[in-house]
Amino acid sequence: MKPHRQQPLYLAFLLHRVSGLGLALFLPFHFYVLALALEGNAELDQFLHWSASPLVKFAEAGLVFLLALHLFGGLRLLALENLPWSNSHKNYAAMALAGGFFVACGFLLRAF
Amino acid sequence: MLEVRLYLAQRASAAIMAPLVLIHLGVMIYAIQGGIDAAEILERTRGSLFWGANYGLFVIAVSIHAAIGLRNILREWLSLRGIRLAVISWIFFAGLLTAGLRAVAAVVLP
Repeated sequence: MKPHRQQPLYLAFLLHRVSGLGLALFLPFHFYVLALALEGNAELDQFLHWSASPLVKFAEAGLVFLLALHLFGGLRLLALENLPWSNSHKNYAAMALAGGFFVACGFLLRAF
Repeated sequence: MLEVRLYLAQRASAAIMAPLVLIHLGVMIYAIQGGIDAAEILERTRGSLFWGANYGLFVIAVSIHAAIGLRNILREWLSLRGIRLAVISWIFFAGLLTAGLRAVAAVVLP
């Protein structure tokens, strides 16, 4: 039997944890930006104007990827823990990764 | 017992958030085309009970979910225990909840 860190599903666990950590660290910044609306539309627009640059759009797509990956990976975990056992969890983990890329690419295509 | 409660809270908040995240992803992909400005965002959200309830619930659930997730990482990867672990987790939870509800109020209240 492979040590657990060499199992493909360990990578799925790691991706889920790291994407969650990234999102958790991003949230305070996200809330701060939205709260700029309290100071008036101009304050929020100033930030939104900055976020229109291509580099920021790619960074946003990265965040969309993390969010979608964490969502699909989380749904796999909920299924793993609450539904009858399935031998397809490696496939589900791969589908979560593919789903994350798909959503992030959709975001990028709309952004440019 | 605390660990069991946290585990259940983590899963319950995840189940609540799943449809909300799907909506959020859909709105982001829809709204990003052609660029976004404050007027466009606020026109959709200001005075809306639906968006207020949607994002209010989202903020409460994500604050619980993220604080427990961060606690797990601090415990398992940095071996934090006891009062330090509890204080950091509670501060992160309270900070996220406060900042999140303030952000929702900023975009929803007329």
